[in-house]
Amino acid sequence: MAEALSQSGKARLGRLFVYGCLVVVALLYLMPLWVMVVTSLKPLDEIYGGSFIGVPKVVTLDAWRAAWSEACIGTECTGLKPYFVNSLLMVIPAVALSTGIGAINGYILTKWRFPGANFVFGLLLFGCFLPYQAILIPMARTLGLLGLAGSIPGLVAVHASYGICFTTLFFRNYFVSLPDELTKAAMVDGAGFFRIFWSVILPTSIPIIVVSCIWQFTQIWNDFLFGVSFTSGSSSPITVALNNIVNVTTGRKQYNVDMAAAMIAAIPTLVVYIVAGRYFVRGLTAGAVKG
Amino acid sequence: MSTLEIDRVRKAYGHLEVLKEVSISIGTGDFLVLLGPSGCGKSTLLNMIAGLETITGGQIRIAGKTVNDLSPKDRDIAMVFQSYALYPTMTVRQNIEFGMKIRRIAQADRDRAVKTASDLLQITHLLDRKPSQLSGGQRQRVAMGRAIVREPKLFLFDEPLSNLDAKLRVDMRTEIKRLHARLGTTIVYVTHDQIEAMTLATRVAVMKDGVVQQLDEPQAVYDRPANVYVARFVGSPAMNIVPAVLGAEGATATAVIDIARRPAARIGGISLSAEALRRYAGRKVLVGIRPENFSIATASAAPALTVDFDVVEPTGPDTLAVFQLGGVEVTARLPPRQAHAGREAALAVDTSKIVLFDSETETRID
Repeated sequence: MAEALSQSGKARLGRLFVYGCLVVVALLYLMPLWVMVVTSLKPLDEIYGGSFIGVPKVVTLDAWRAAWSEACIGTECTGLKPYFVNSLLMVIPAVALSTGIGAINGYILTKWRFPGANFVFGLLLFGCFLPYQAILIPMARTLGLLGLAGSIPGLVAVHASYGICFTTLFFRNYFVSLPDELTKAAMVDGAGFFRIFWSVILPTSIPIIVVSCIWQFTQIWNDFLFGVSFTSGSSSPITVALNNIVNVTTGRKQYNVDMAAAMIAAIPTLVVYIVAGRYFVRGLTAGAVKG
Repeated sequence: MSTLEIDRVRKAYGHLEVLKEVSISIGTGDFLVLLGPSGCGKSTLLNMIAGLETITGGQIRIAGKTVNDLSPKDRDIAMVFQSYALYPTMTVRQNIEFGMKIRRIAQADRDRAVKTASDLLQITHLLDRKPSQLSGGQRQRVAMGRAIVREPKLFLFDEPLSNLDAKLRVDMRTEIKRLHARLGTTIVYVTHDQIEAMTLATRVAVMKDGVVQQLDEPQAVYDRPANVYVARFVGSPAMNIVPAVLGAEGATATAVIDIARRPAARIGGISLSAEALRRYAGRKVLVGIRPENFSIATASAAPALTVDFDVVEPTGPDTLAVFQLGGVEVTARLPPRQAHAGREAALAVDTSKIVLFDSETETRID
């Protein structure tokens, strides 16, 4: 009896230790976010007064307002708003294009196989391993020839084409697990290439569409290098504008505005994760386990 | 009219020839079963009839029309797949309707067709469910419903029962037979299960390595197999193939079979053509005896051979007795409680059912 008690006591102690560790690590991990949130809500004087981690004495949304619509980026004092819009104008078509093309690629590579399909797939895979830096100069030249240099459509083209390798990989691996008999049955039913794609294949692919969209959205929204290389001035995406806000200041460094701006830039990806996150894990593990 | 003619059809993937000059012809309302082990080319042939595989050589004609270059939808066929291949995101009703929608058939006609098919298959109460909510047998019915509403010239079945459990398989087999009787449509059905072939077919094509070994009525395939391969493939337990030496006695043949530690058995009175008798007299042959053609010798059925039973397996309706004959293991199907392991027994043989094969080519001798 006594032994059993000490056994359960030991187990409880072990559990306490595990939870303790988890809580400490979680707090450590959340610390920067906490600092960002409280800093963005403090007036600048309070920050310079030395309060950095503590709860704000005066809560104000001035810094958020400034970051959104007043902060100066270069010579324009428009805040992040127009650049936020730029990023949306870039990310939505780029995600749609790369996901759509990836889906059709995956569909062809699995259900309409042709001689050399594996080779083509191998080449596409190779694209996943190309570093951003390697394609900067050829891409700049191409955009110049296409007359898209320095514009948002140009950036859309860059992101869409760079993303096709990844989206093709996602869709191809997902479609491989769909039985070929499904396509055959639809062919016997009289459906053609696109009809089968729309009516049979795509409706079964919601999880992988979500995965592809989340992946592409985060990649494209958070991208800085392509943005800074292929756009300038008022056509920059939000990441470039954020960099300019933070790095170009006159007078006192406005930590509260910087923090608010950084969070504004991060919110869309967060929202996407929260809204579609449960599909993300499901989609990534789909095909691994039947059911 | 919905005949099917397969005329010297070949299929090759590069240098690998999977079908070698296959010719099969069936009439309206026939139920053709393509029977063979996996890799014999039977599914490939079915896919070629459906238009899902290209034809390397030869011609396929449906209702007299060459369909070699037609796409599946223009061949007037419907197909039921092994995995059923129901569209997972559509309801049962949408699954059945899909083909009709593509062919732009009016809503009212579609509804009528769905109703007729679902009544026939007793799936009316399932129409609004998704395939994932159905059992294997129900999915099977839906797949057949999808085929039926097409009202095709030709139904194609690709191993439709092999994903079902044993009990359901027997039920659905009966169901398919009943369906064929009611609709009277020509059917091509692929299976590796010889029982399915025997029970369903009006014509069986036994295939091996891309070659049709025999094309005939099921009973003829069973009674008069074209060669040793067919003899062993059709029937369970398989036909016993025993080496023997053939002797001529008047107009009939006698097979002389060695039995270990006993005098050789002489099974006489086997009818054979005069020409074959002349040719094979005194030569080695293979004697094919179905397990049920053995019986315990009685006053009316004179003993042909005396053997020692090694193993006795009661199955209920009858008992399988295993013994050595001519140096090979032989199975006899006997009435229950008549065979005992380790005992000797005098057996009679129904000589009218015996089939003889050439010992080298393994083809039947008539």
